[in-house]
Amino acid sequence: MPLDCGAMLSDITVAYNTYGTLNDNKSNAILICHALTGDQFAASHHPVTGKEGWWSVLIGPGRILDTDKYFIVCSNVLGGCMGTTGPKEIDPDTGKPYGLNFPIITIGDMVRVQALLQDYLEIPDWFSVVGGSMGGMQTLQWASAYPERCFSVIPLATAAKHSAQNIAFHEVGRQAVMADPDWCGGKYLEQDKNPRSGLAVARMAAHVTYLSESALHRKFGRNLQDRDSLAYGFDADFQVESYLRYQGMNFVDRFDANSYLYITRAMDYFDLARDHGGSLAAAFKDTTTRFCLVSFSSDWLFPTSESREIVKALNAAAANVSFVEIETDKGHDAFLLDTPEMLDTIGGFMESTARSRGLA
Amino acid sequence: MTEVAQNFRPQDIRVDFRLIAEMVEPGSRVLDVGCAEGTLLDYLVATKNVDGRGIELSQEGVNICVSKGLSVIQGDADADLVDYPDKSFDYALLSQTLQATHRPKEVIDQLLRVGKKAVVSFPNFAYWQCRAYLAFKGRMPMTSDLDYAWYETPNIHFCTLRDFTVLCEELGITIDQSVILGAKGKILNYPLESSRANLFAAQGVFLLSR
Repeated sequence: MPLDCGAMLSDITVAYNTYGTLNDNKSNAILICHALTGDQFAASHHPVTGKEGWWSVLIGPGRILDTDKYFIVCSNVLGGCMGTTGPKEIDPDTGKPYGLNFPIITIGDMVRVQALLQDYLEIPDWFSVVGGSMGGMQTLQWASAYPERCFSVIPLATAAKHSAQNIAFHEVGRQAVMADPDWCGGKYLEQDKNPRSGLAVARMAAHVTYLSESALHRKFGRNLQDRDSLAYGFDADFQVESYLRYQGMNFVDRFDANSYLYITRAMDYFDLARDHGGSLAAAFKDTTTRFCLVSFSSDWLFPTSESREIVKALNAAAANVSFVEIETDKGHDAFLLDTPEMLDTIGGFMESTARSRGLA
Repeated sequence: MTEVAQNFRPQDIRVDFRLIAEMVEPGSRVLDVGCAEGTLLDYLVATKNVDGRGIELSQEGVNICVSKGLSVIQGDADADLVDYPDKSFDYALLSQTLQATHRPKEVIDQLLRVGKKAVVSFPNFAYWQCRAYLAFKGRMPMTSDLDYAWYETPNIHFCTLRDFTVLCEELGITIDQSVILGAKGKILNYPLESSRANLFAAQGVFLLSR
Protein backbone atom coordinates (compact mmCIF):
# COMPACT_ATOMS: atom_id res chain seq x y z
CA MET A 1 0.00 0.00 0.00
CA PRO A 2 1.40 3.41 -0.89
CA LEU A 3 1.74 5.79 2.06
CA ASP A 4 1.31 9.57 2.14
CA CYS A 5 5.06 9.95 2.83
CA GLY A 6 5.82 8.28 -0.53
CA ALA A 7 7.02 4.96 0.84
CA MET A 8 5.38 1.62 0.12
CA LEU A 9 4.33 -0.72 2.89
CA SER A 10 3.56 -4.34 2.07
CA ASP A 11 2.40 -7.34 4.06
CA ILE A 12 0.25 -5.22 6.34
CA THR A 13 -1.37 -7.10 9.17
CA VAL A 14 -4.48 -5.66 10.79
CA ALA A 15 -5.67 -6.78 14.21
CA TYR A 16 -9.34 -6.19 14.83
CA ASN A 17 -12.25 -7.19 17.02
CA THR A 18 -15.89 -7.49 16.10
CA TYR A 19 -19.00 -7.50 18.24
CA GLY A 20 -22.49 -8.43 17.11
CA THR A 21 -23.53 -9.92 13.77
CA LEU A 22 -23.49 -8.51 10.26
CA ASN A 23 -27.02 -8.55 8.84
CA ASP A 24 -27.94 -10.06 5.49
CA ASN A 25 -27.79 -6.85 3.48
CA LYS A 26 -24.64 -5.72 5.31
CA SER A 27 -26.17 -2.42 6.31
CA ASN A 28 -25.56 -2.52 10.07
CA ALA A 29 -21.76 -2.32 10.30
CA ILE A 30 -20.20 0.34 12.50
CA LEU A 31 -16.50 1.13 12.54
CA ILE A 32 -15.07 2.31 15.84
CA CYS A 33 -11.90 4.40 15.54
CA HIS A 34 -9.74 4.46 18.63
CA ALA A 35 -7.82 7.34 20.13
CA LEU A 36 -4.02 7.74 20.35
CA THR A 37 -3.33 5.05 22.94
CA GLY A 38 -6.42 2.96 22.35
CA ASP A 39 -6.71 -0.41 20.66
CA GLN A 40 -9.14 -2.87 19.15
CA PHE A 41 -10.45 -4.01 22.54
CA ALA A 42 -13.26 -1.48 22.56
CA ALA A 43 -15.80 -3.63 24.34
CA SER A 44 -13.88 -6.65 25.56
CA HIS A 45 -11.30 -7.36 28.22
CA HIS A 46 -7.82 -6.16 27.42
CA PRO A 47 -5.40 -9.09 27.16
CA VAL A 48 -2.54 -7.17 28.83
CA THR A 49 -4.24 -5.14 31.52
CA GLY A 50 -7.28 -7.38 32.06
CA LYS A 51 -9.39 -4.24 32.21
CA GLU A 52 -12.78 -3.81 30.61
CA GLY A 53 -12.97 -2.49 27.04
CA TRP A 54 -12.23 1.23 26.72
CA TRP A 55 -15.68 1.98 25.29
CA SER A 56 -17.80 -0.57 27.14
CA VAL A 57 -19.95 2.31 28.31
CA LEU A 58 -21.11 2.77 24.72
CA ILE A 59 -20.87 -0.69 23.13
CA GLY A 60 -22.81 -3.76 24.25
CA PRO A 61 -26.20 -5.43 24.23
CA GLY A 62 -28.88 -2.79 24.77
CA ARG A 63 -26.33 0.02 24.88
CA ILE A 64 -26.17 2.98 22.50
CA LEU A 65 -24.05 1.00 20.06
CA ASP A 66 -26.22 -2.06 20.52
CA THR A 67 -24.41 -5.27 19.68
CA ASP A 68 -27.80 -7.00 19.29
CA LYS A 69 -28.56 -4.62 16.45
CA TYR A 70 -25.25 -3.55 14.94
CA PHE A 71 -22.11 -5.28 13.76
CA ILE A 72 -19.27 -3.42 15.37
CA VAL A 73 -15.71 -3.48 14.09
CA CYS A 74 -12.73 -1.97 15.87
CA SER A 75 -9.23 -2.34 14.48
CA ASN A 76 -5.87 -1.44 15.89
CA VAL A 77 -4.54 1.46 13.79
CA LEU A 78 -1.62 1.28 11.42
CA GLY A 79 1.50 1.99 13.50
CA GLY A 80 -0.16 0.60 16.61
CA CYS A 81 1.27 -2.00 18.93
CA MET A 82 -1.57 -4.44 19.49
CA GLY A 83 -1.12 -6.62 16.44
CA THR A 84 -1.46 -4.26 13.49
CA THR A 85 1.71 -3.58 11.52
CA GLY A 86 3.75 -1.01 13.40
CA PRO A 87 7.32 -0.18 14.50
CA LYS A 88 7.42 -3.06 16.98
CA GLU A 89 6.61 -5.72 14.36
CA ILE A 90 9.24 -7.57 12.35
CA ASP A 91 10.34 -5.93 9.10
CA PRO A 92 10.27 -8.79 6.54
CA ASP A 93 13.23 -7.21 4.73
CA THR A 94 15.59 -7.31 7.71
CA GLY A 95 14.06 -9.90 10.04
CA LYS A 96 14.32 -7.36 12.86
CA PRO A 97 11.70 -5.07 14.38
CA TYR A 98 11.02 -2.05 12.17
CA GLY A 99 11.93 0.45 14.88
CA LEU A 100 12.71 3.78 13.25
CA ASN A 101 12.82 2.10 9.83
CA PHE A 102 9.06 2.11 9.95
CA PRO A 103 7.87 4.76 7.50
CA ILE A 104 6.13 7.88 8.78
CA ILE A 105 2.38 7.32 8.70
CA THR A 106 -0.60 9.67 8.60
CA ILE A 107 -4.24 9.61 9.66
CA GLY A 108 -4.97 9.17 5.92
CA ASP A 109 -2.83 6.02 5.86
CA MET A 110 -4.61 4.64 8.92
CA VAL A 111 -7.96 5.16 7.23
CA ARG A 112 -6.71 3.61 3.99
CA VAL A 113 -5.82 0.47 5.93
CA GLN A 114 -9.29 0.49 7.53
CA ALA A 115 -10.80 0.76 4.05
CA LEU A 116 -8.83 -2.35 3.04
CA LEU A 117 -10.25 -4.08 6.10
CA GLN A 118 -13.71 -2.96 4.98
CA ASP A 119 -13.07 -4.55 1.57
CA TYR A 120 -11.83 -7.70 3.25
CA LEU A 121 -14.97 -7.90 5.39
CA GLU A 122 -17.03 -7.22 2.22
CA ILE A 123 -18.91 -4.37 3.81
CA PRO A 124 -20.00 -1.93 1.06
CA ASP A 125 -20.45 0.99 3.41
CA TRP A 126 -20.35 1.57 7.14
CA PHE A 127 -23.63 2.47 8.74
CA SER A 128 -21.53 4.75 10.90
CA VAL A 129 -17.90 5.57 11.62
CA VAL A 130 -17.52 6.64 15.22
CA GLY A 131 -14.54 7.92 17.18
CA GLY A 132 -13.21 10.49 19.61
CA SER A 133 -10.00 12.55 19.65
CA MET A 134 -7.63 10.87 17.15
CA GLY A 135 -10.53 8.51 16.41
CA GLY A 136 -12.55 11.61 15.57
CA MET A 137 -9.84 12.70 13.13
CA GLN A 138 -10.19 9.33 11.44
CA THR A 139 -13.97 9.76 11.19
CA LEU A 140 -13.44 13.11 9.45
CA GLN A 141 -10.86 11.59 7.14
CA TRP A 142 -13.33 8.80 6.36
CA ALA A 143 -16.09 11.28 5.53
CA SER A 144 -13.72 13.26 3.34
CA ALA A 145 -11.88 10.44 1.54
CA TYR A 146 -14.67 7.84 1.31
CA PRO A 147 -18.01 9.66 1.58
CA GLU A 148 -19.78 6.90 -0.35
CA ARG A 149 -18.44 4.33 2.11
CA CYS A 150 -19.85 5.93 5.26
CA PHE A 151 -23.56 6.55 5.71
CA SER A 152 -22.93 8.59 8.84
CA VAL A 153 -20.01 9.69 10.98
CA ILE A 154 -19.82 10.68 14.63
CA PRO A 155 -16.71 12.75 15.39
CA LEU A 156 -16.36 13.39 19.13
CA ALA A 157 -14.02 15.80 20.94
CA THR A 158 -11.88 16.29 17.87
CA ALA A 159 -10.61 18.75 15.26
CA ALA A 160 -9.91 18.95 11.55
CA LYS A 161 -6.30 19.82 12.35
CA HIS A 162 -3.92 19.37 15.24
CA SER A 163 -3.27 22.76 16.83
CA ALA A 164 0.17 24.22 17.50
CA GLN A 165 -0.44 23.74 21.22
CA ASN A 166 -1.27 20.08 20.69
CA ILE A 167 1.82 19.58 18.53
CA ALA A 168 3.82 21.20 21.32
CA PHE A 169 2.51 18.76 23.91
CA HIS A 170 3.24 15.83 21.62
CA GLU A 171 6.77 17.09 21.09
CA VAL A 172 7.29 17.16 24.87
CA GLY A 173 6.19 13.53 24.97
CA ARG A 174 8.40 12.45 22.09
CA GLN A 175 11.43 14.21 23.52
CA ALA A 176 10.84 12.49 26.86
CA VAL A 177 10.88 9.10 25.10
CA MET A 178 13.93 9.89 23.01
CA ALA A 179 15.84 11.31 26.01
CA ASP A 180 15.56 7.98 27.83
CA PRO A 181 18.94 6.18 27.47
CA ASP A 182 17.04 2.90 27.13
CA TRP A 183 15.45 4.16 23.94
CA CYS A 184 18.74 3.28 22.17
CA GLY A 185 18.05 5.34 19.07
CA GLY A 186 14.78 3.46 18.63
CA LYS A 187 16.44 0.02 18.65
CA TYR A 188 15.54 -0.87 22.23
CA LEU A 189 13.73 -4.09 21.25
CA GLU A 190 16.85 -5.52 19.64
CA GLN A 191 18.84 -4.66 22.76
CA ASP A 192 16.17 -6.06 25.06
CA LYS A 193 15.53 -2.74 26.70
CA ASN A 194 12.51 -0.48 27.06
CA PRO A 195 12.49 3.31 27.57
CA ARG A 196 9.97 2.99 30.38
CA SER A 197 10.84 6.21 32.20
CA GLY A 198 10.66 8.35 29.09
CA LEU A 199 7.39 6.84 27.92
CA ALA A 200 5.90 7.17 31.40
CA VAL A 201 6.80 10.87 31.47
CA ALA A 202 5.24 11.31 28.03
CA ARG A 203 2.07 9.66 29.27
CA MET A 204 2.01 11.80 32.42
CA ALA A 205 2.25 15.03 30.43
CA ALA A 206 -0.41 13.86 27.98
CA HIS A 207 -2.69 12.69 30.76
CA VAL A 208 -2.84 16.20 32.22
CA THR A 209 -4.12 17.48 28.88
CA TYR A 210 -6.95 14.94 28.91
CA LEU A 211 -8.36 16.33 32.16
CA SER A 212 -9.54 19.75 33.22
CA GLU A 213 -8.36 21.88 36.11
CA SER A 214 -11.71 21.42 37.85
CA ALA A 215 -11.69 17.66 37.33
CA LEU A 216 -8.15 17.44 38.74
CA HIS A 217 -9.11 19.68 41.62
CA ARG A 218 -12.26 17.71 42.40
CA LYS A 219 -10.33 14.44 42.32
CA PHE A 220 -7.19 15.46 44.21
CA GLY A 221 -7.10 19.10 45.20
CA ARG A 222 -3.78 19.66 46.99
CA ASN A 223 -4.29 16.58 49.15
CA LEU A 224 -1.18 14.79 50.33
CA GLN A 225 -0.51 11.12 49.62
CA ASP A 226 -0.01 8.79 52.59
CA ARG A 227 1.34 11.53 54.83
CA ASP A 228 0.23 14.37 57.05
CA SER A 229 2.81 16.98 56.16
CA LEU A 230 5.13 17.93 53.34
CA ALA A 231 8.21 15.72 53.11
CA TYR A 232 10.47 18.47 51.78
CA GLY A 233 11.74 16.22 49.00
CA PHE A 234 10.82 14.98 45.55
CA ASP A 235 8.80 11.93 46.45
CA ALA A 236 5.17 12.04 45.51
CA ASP A 237 3.87 14.28 48.29
CA PHE A 238 0.64 15.12 46.52
CA GLN A 239 -2.05 12.67 45.51
CA VAL A 240 -2.07 14.11 42.02
CA GLU A 241 1.62 13.23 41.68
CA SER A 242 1.19 9.60 42.63
CA TYR A 243 -1.86 9.38 40.38
CA LEU A 244 0.17 10.58 37.40
CA ARG A 245 3.08 8.29 38.25
CA TYR A 246 0.66 5.37 38.42
CA GLN A 247 -0.90 6.34 35.07
CA GLY A 248 2.58 6.63 33.53
CA MET A 249 3.88 3.30 34.77
CA ASN A 250 0.64 1.53 33.95
CA PHE A 251 0.89 2.76 30.40
CA VAL A 252 4.39 1.45 29.64
CA ASP A 253 3.26 -2.12 30.24
CA ARG A 254 0.78 -1.96 27.40
CA PHE A 255 2.21 0.50 24.91
CA ASP A 256 5.23 0.58 22.66
CA ALA A 257 7.39 3.71 22.83
CA ASN A 258 8.06 3.88 19.09
CA SER A 259 4.35 3.46 18.35
CA TYR A 260 3.80 6.48 20.57
CA LEU A 261 6.27 8.49 18.46
CA TYR A 262 4.70 7.46 15.17
CA ILE A 263 1.09 7.90 16.15
CA THR A 264 1.60 11.30 17.78
CA ARG A 265 3.36 12.38 14.59
CA ALA A 266 0.42 11.20 12.50
CA MET A 267 -1.90 13.36 14.61
CA ASP A 268 0.44 16.36 14.30
CA TYR A 269 0.41 16.07 10.52
CA PHE A 270 -3.38 15.94 10.32
CA ASP A 271 -4.81 19.03 8.59
CA LEU A 272 -7.84 18.29 6.48
CA ALA A 273 -8.15 21.83 5.11
CA ARG A 274 -4.53 21.87 3.93
CA ASP A 275 -5.19 18.63 2.06
CA HIS A 276 -7.98 20.44 0.19
CA GLY A 277 -6.35 23.65 -0.95
CA GLY A 278 -6.87 25.38 2.39
CA SER A 279 -10.64 25.00 2.37
CA LEU A 280 -12.17 22.69 4.94
CA ALA A 281 -15.55 22.98 3.19
CA ALA A 282 -13.91 21.55 0.05
CA ALA A 283 -13.04 18.42 2.05
CA PHE A 284 -16.76 17.72 2.39
CA LYS A 285 -18.03 18.97 -0.96
CA ASP A 286 -21.32 17.36 -2.09
CA THR A 287 -21.27 14.96 0.83
CA THR A 288 -24.41 12.97 1.57
CA THR A 289 -23.00 11.53 4.79
CA ARG A 290 -24.85 12.49 7.96
CA PHE A 291 -22.69 14.06 10.66
CA CYS A 292 -23.16 14.24 14.42
CA LEU A 293 -20.46 16.20 16.23
CA VAL A 294 -20.07 16.48 19.98
CA SER A 295 -17.67 18.68 21.90
CA PHE A 296 -17.18 19.16 25.64
CA SER A 297 -17.08 22.53 27.33
CA SER A 298 -14.03 21.83 29.53
CA ASP A 299 -11.97 20.14 26.79
CA TRP A 300 -8.99 22.42 26.24
CA LEU A 301 -7.11 19.93 24.06
CA PHE A 302 -9.84 19.88 21.39
CA PRO A 303 -11.96 22.87 22.39
CA THR A 304 -15.48 23.51 21.12
CA SER A 305 -14.18 26.20 18.78
CA GLU A 306 -12.44 23.46 16.77
CA SER A 307 -15.70 21.53 16.39
CA ARG A 308 -17.45 24.74 15.37
CA GLU A 309 -14.90 25.17 12.58
CA ILE A 310 -15.92 21.77 11.26
CA VAL A 311 -19.64 22.56 11.61
CA LYS A 312 -19.09 25.83 9.76
CA ALA A 313 -17.37 24.02 6.91
CA LEU A 314 -20.10 21.38 6.80
CA ASN A 315 -22.77 24.07 6.65
CA ALA A 316 -20.90 25.72 3.83
CA ALA A 317 -20.95 22.34 2.07
CA ALA A 318 -24.72 22.13 2.80
CA ALA A 319 -24.13 18.88 4.69
CA ASN A 320 -26.59 17.23 7.04
CA VAL A 321 -25.07 18.00 10.42
CA SER A 322 -25.97 17.93 14.08
CA PHE A 323 -23.73 19.46 16.70
CA VAL A 324 -23.89 19.67 20.48
CA GLU A 325 -21.48 21.12 22.98
CA ILE A 326 -21.91 19.26 26.24
CA GLU A 327 -21.50 21.17 29.48
CA THR A 328 -19.14 19.11 31.65
CA ASP A 329 -16.09 19.66 33.84
CA LYS A 330 -14.52 16.33 32.89
CA GLY A 331 -12.27 17.67 30.12
CA HIS A 332 -11.21 15.88 26.95
CA ASP A 333 -11.70 12.43 28.50
CA ALA A 334 -15.45 13.04 28.80
CA PHE A 335 -16.05 11.17 25.55
CA LEU A 336 -14.79 7.97 27.18
CA LEU A 337 -16.87 8.39 30.31
CA ASP A 338 -20.48 7.82 31.18
CA THR A 339 -21.64 11.28 30.13
CA PRO A 340 -25.47 11.07 29.96
CA GLU A 341 -25.94 14.01 27.56
CA MET A 342 -23.43 12.46 25.14
CA LEU A 343 -25.19 9.10 25.31
CA ASP A 344 -28.58 10.76 24.70
CA THR A 345 -27.23 12.72 21.75
CA ILE A 346 -25.47 9.81 20.08
CA GLY A 347 -28.39 7.51 20.89
CA GLY A 348 -30.95 9.81 19.30
CA PHE A 349 -28.78 10.35 16.26
CA MET A 350 -28.16 6.60 15.84
CA GLU A 351 -31.85 5.84 16.16
CA SER A 352 -33.01 8.32 13.55
CA THR A 353 -30.14 7.40 11.24
CA ALA A 354 -31.04 3.74 11.66
CA ARG A 355 -34.65 4.52 10.72
CA SER A 356 -33.58 6.31 7.56
CA ARG A 357 -31.46 3.26 6.70
CA GLY A 358 -34.32 0.87 7.36
CA LEU A 359 -32.59 -0.66 10.38
CA ALA A 360 -35.17 0.28 12.99
CA MET B 1 -34.46 9.73 3.78
CA THR B 2 -35.76 12.14 6.38
CA GLU B 3 -37.67 10.03 8.77
CA VAL B 4 -38.11 11.35 12.23
CA ALA B 5 -40.35 9.89 14.84
CA GLN B 6 -43.21 12.12 15.79
CA ASN B 7 -42.01 13.37 19.13
CA PHE B 8 -44.45 16.25 19.41
CA ARG B 9 -47.77 16.25 21.20
CA PRO B 10 -50.68 17.77 19.25
CA GLN B 11 -51.20 20.33 22.00
CA ASP B 12 -47.62 21.58 21.46
CA ILE B 13 -48.37 22.63 17.89
CA ARG B 14 -48.97 26.35 18.19
CA VAL B 15 -51.20 28.15 15.71
CA ASP B 16 -48.22 29.88 14.10
CA PHE B 17 -46.60 26.45 13.59
CA ARG B 18 -49.67 25.30 11.65
CA LEU B 19 -49.67 28.48 9.59
CA ILE B 20 -45.97 28.16 8.85
CA ALA B 21 -46.52 24.55 7.79
CA GLU B 22 -49.25 25.68 5.41
CA MET B 23 -46.83 28.08 3.77
CA VAL B 24 -44.13 25.43 3.25
CA GLU B 25 -44.15 23.23 0.14
CA PRO B 26 -43.98 19.49 0.89
CA GLY B 27 -40.58 17.87 0.50
CA SER B 28 -38.65 21.14 0.58
CA ARG B 29 -35.39 21.96 2.38
CA VAL B 30 -36.05 23.95 5.53
CA LEU B 31 -33.81 25.71 8.04
CA ASP B 32 -35.50 26.59 11.33
CA VAL B 33 -33.54 29.39 13.00
CA GLY B 34 -34.03 29.35 16.77
CA CYS B 35 -35.72 25.96 16.66
CA ALA B 36 -35.86 25.56 20.47
CA GLU B 37 -36.77 21.93 21.22
CA GLY B 38 -37.50 21.15 17.58
CA THR B 39 -41.30 20.93 17.80
CA LEU B 40 -41.86 22.86 14.57
CA LEU B 41 -39.18 20.88 12.75
CA ASP B 42 -40.66 17.62 13.94
CA TYR B 43 -44.09 18.78 12.83
CA LEU B 44 -42.81 19.81 9.39
CA VAL B 45 -40.96 16.54 8.92
CA ALA B 46 -44.03 14.55 9.94
CA THR B 47 -46.65 16.52 8.00
CA LYS B 48 -44.69 17.99 5.09
CA ASN B 49 -41.88 15.49 4.69
CA VAL B 50 -39.33 18.31 4.64
CA ASP B 51 -35.55 17.92 4.81
CA GLY B 52 -35.25 19.89 8.03
CA ARG B 53 -32.26 21.50 9.74
CA GLY B 54 -32.13 23.73 12.77
CA ILE B 55 -30.03 26.24 14.66
CA GLU B 56 -30.60 26.76 18.35
CA LEU B 57 -28.74 28.86 20.88
CA SER B 58 -29.41 26.88 24.04
CA GLN B 59 -27.44 23.72 24.69
CA GLU B 60 -30.45 22.13 26.31
CA GLY B 61 -32.60 22.77 23.24
CA VAL B 62 -29.98 21.36 20.89
CA ASN B 63 -29.48 18.26 23.03
CA ILE B 64 -33.21 17.60 23.00
CA CYS B 65 -33.40 18.10 19.21
CA VAL B 66 -30.43 15.88 18.38
CA SER B 67 -31.57 13.16 20.75
CA LYS B 68 -34.93 13.28 18.93
CA GLY B 69 -32.98 12.63 15.74
CA LEU B 70 -33.24 16.12 14.26
CA SER B 71 -30.29 17.69 12.45
CA VAL B 72 -29.68 20.67 14.69
CA ILE B 73 -26.55 22.59 15.52
CA GLN B 74 -25.80 24.88 18.37
CA GLY B 75 -25.48 28.39 17.03
CA ASP B 76 -26.60 31.97 17.00
CA ALA B 77 -28.94 33.50 14.42
CA ASP B 78 -27.04 36.79 14.64
CA ALA B 79 -23.65 35.26 13.90
CA ASP B 80 -23.96 31.88 12.25
CA LEU B 81 -26.27 32.32 9.27
CA VAL B 82 -23.36 33.75 7.30
CA ASP B 83 -21.78 30.27 7.14
CA TYR B 84 -24.52 28.90 4.89
CA PRO B 85 -24.25 29.21 1.10
CA ASP B 86 -26.73 31.36 -0.84
CA LYS B 87 -30.15 29.77 -1.36
CA SER B 88 -29.09 26.53 0.30
CA PHE B 89 -32.63 26.12 1.66
CA ASP B 90 -36.08 26.50 0.12
CA TYR B 91 -37.31 28.12 3.31
CA ALA B 92 -35.57 29.78 6.23
CA LEU B 93 -37.91 29.98 9.20
CA LEU B 94 -37.82 32.41 12.10
CA SER B 95 -40.65 31.56 14.44
CA GLN B 96 -41.10 33.90 17.42
CA THR B 97 -37.36 34.55 17.46
CA LEU B 98 -37.00 37.87 15.61
CA GLN B 99 -37.57 39.88 18.78
CA ALA B 100 -34.74 37.99 20.53
CA THR B 101 -32.08 38.73 17.90
CA HIS B 102 -29.48 41.45 18.33
CA ARG B 103 -29.65 42.63 14.73
CA PRO B 104 -33.11 41.81 13.36
CA LYS B 105 -32.52 43.66 10.11
CA GLU B 106 -29.36 41.72 9.28
CA VAL B 107 -30.99 38.47 10.37
CA ILE B 108 -33.94 39.00 7.98
CA ASP B 109 -31.50 39.91 5.25
CA GLN B 110 -29.57 36.66 5.90
CA LEU B 111 -32.76 34.58 6.01
CA LEU B 112 -33.53 35.64 2.45
CA ARG B 113 -29.98 35.02 1.33
CA VAL B 114 -29.82 31.49 2.80
CA GLY B 115 -33.43 30.64 1.93
CA LYS B 116 -35.22 31.16 -1.35
CA LYS B 117 -38.12 32.22 0.82
CA ALA B 118 -38.44 33.08 4.48
CA VAL B 119 -41.26 32.62 6.94
CA VAL B 120 -41.22 34.95 9.93
CA SER B 121 -43.61 35.05 12.85
CA PHE B 122 -43.41 37.51 15.73
CA PRO B 123 -45.56 39.10 18.44
CA ASN B 124 -47.05 42.46 17.55
CA PHE B 125 -46.03 45.03 20.15
CA ALA B 126 -48.82 47.35 18.98
CA TYR B 127 -51.42 44.79 20.11
CA TRP B 128 -54.05 46.65 22.13
CA GLN B 129 -53.34 44.71 25.31
CA CYS B 130 -49.68 45.77 25.16
CA ARG B 131 -50.68 49.36 24.52
CA ALA B 132 -53.20 49.27 27.38
CA TYR B 133 -50.73 47.65 29.75
CA LEU B 134 -48.20 50.40 29.17
CA ALA B 135 -50.81 53.18 29.02
CA PHE B 136 -52.71 52.29 32.15
CA LYS B 137 -50.25 50.40 34.31
CA GLY B 138 -47.21 52.36 33.17
CA ARG B 139 -45.21 49.14 33.16
CA MET B 140 -43.62 47.01 30.46
CA PRO B 141 -46.38 44.90 28.92
CA MET B 142 -46.75 41.27 29.92
CA THR B 143 -49.35 39.17 28.13
CA SER B 144 -49.94 35.46 27.79
CA ASP B 145 -47.69 35.46 24.68
CA LEU B 146 -45.09 37.73 26.27
CA ASP B 147 -44.92 36.43 29.78
CA TYR B 148 -41.48 37.68 30.81
CA ALA B 149 -40.68 40.50 33.18
CA TRP B 150 -38.57 43.22 31.53
CA TYR B 151 -35.44 42.26 33.45
CA GLU B 152 -35.42 38.59 32.45
CA THR B 153 -36.86 38.60 28.97
CA PRO B 154 -34.80 37.19 26.09
CA ASN B 155 -36.69 39.63 23.87
CA ILE B 156 -34.74 42.77 23.10
CA HIS B 157 -36.11 44.11 19.81
CA PHE B 158 -39.86 44.33 19.78
CA CYS B 159 -41.62 45.66 16.73
CA THR B 160 -45.15 46.19 15.49
CA LEU B 161 -46.82 44.88 12.35
CA ARG B 162 -46.37 48.30 10.82
CA ASP B 163 -42.67 48.47 11.75
CA PHE B 164 -42.18 45.13 10.10
CA THR B 165 -43.89 46.03 6.82
CA VAL B 166 -41.87 49.25 6.68
CA LEU B 167 -38.65 47.32 7.22
CA CYS B 168 -39.56 44.82 4.49
CA GLU B 169 -40.15 47.74 2.10
CA GLU B 170 -36.79 49.24 3.03
CA LEU B 171 -35.04 45.92 2.41
CA GLY B 172 -36.82 45.38 -0.91
CA ILE B 173 -38.59 42.32 0.47
CA THR B 174 -41.96 41.20 -0.87
CA ILE B 175 -44.57 39.96 1.58
CA ASP B 176 -46.06 37.08 -0.44
CA GLN B 177 -48.51 36.13 2.22
CA SER B 178 -49.46 37.37 5.67
CA VAL B 179 -51.70 35.99 8.34
CA ILE B 180 -52.54 38.01 11.42
CA LEU B 181 -53.76 36.42 14.58
CA GLY B 182 -55.79 37.82 17.41
CA ALA B 183 -55.92 36.60 20.95
CA LYS B 184 -55.97 32.80 21.32
CA GLY B 185 -54.69 32.36 17.77
CA LYS B 186 -57.87 33.44 16.01
CA ILE B 187 -57.21 34.46 12.39
CA LEU B 188 -58.25 38.07 11.73
CA ASN B 189 -59.38 39.24 8.31
CA TYR B 190 -58.30 42.87 8.53
CA PRO B 191 -55.99 44.08 5.75
CA LEU B 192 -52.36 44.00 6.89
CA GLU B 193 -51.90 47.75 6.37
CA SER B 194 -54.98 48.72 8.39
CA SER B 195 -54.82 50.32 11.83
CA ARG B 196 -57.22 47.69 13.07
CA ALA B 197 -54.79 44.95 12.12
CA ASN B 198 -52.01 46.70 13.98
CA LEU B 199 -54.24 47.16 17.01
CA PHE B 200 -55.94 43.77 17.21
CA ALA B 201 -53.24 41.39 16.01
CA ALA B 202 -51.38 39.63 18.82
CA GLN B 203 -48.97 38.15 16.27
CA GLY B 204 -48.31 37.92 12.57
CA VAL B 205 -46.95 35.20 10.27
CA PHE B 206 -45.32 36.30 7.01
CA LEU B 207 -44.09 34.53 3.92
CA LEU B 208 -41.30 36.63 2.41
CA SER B 209 -39.33 36.61 -0.80
CA ARG B 210 -37.05 38.92 -2.69
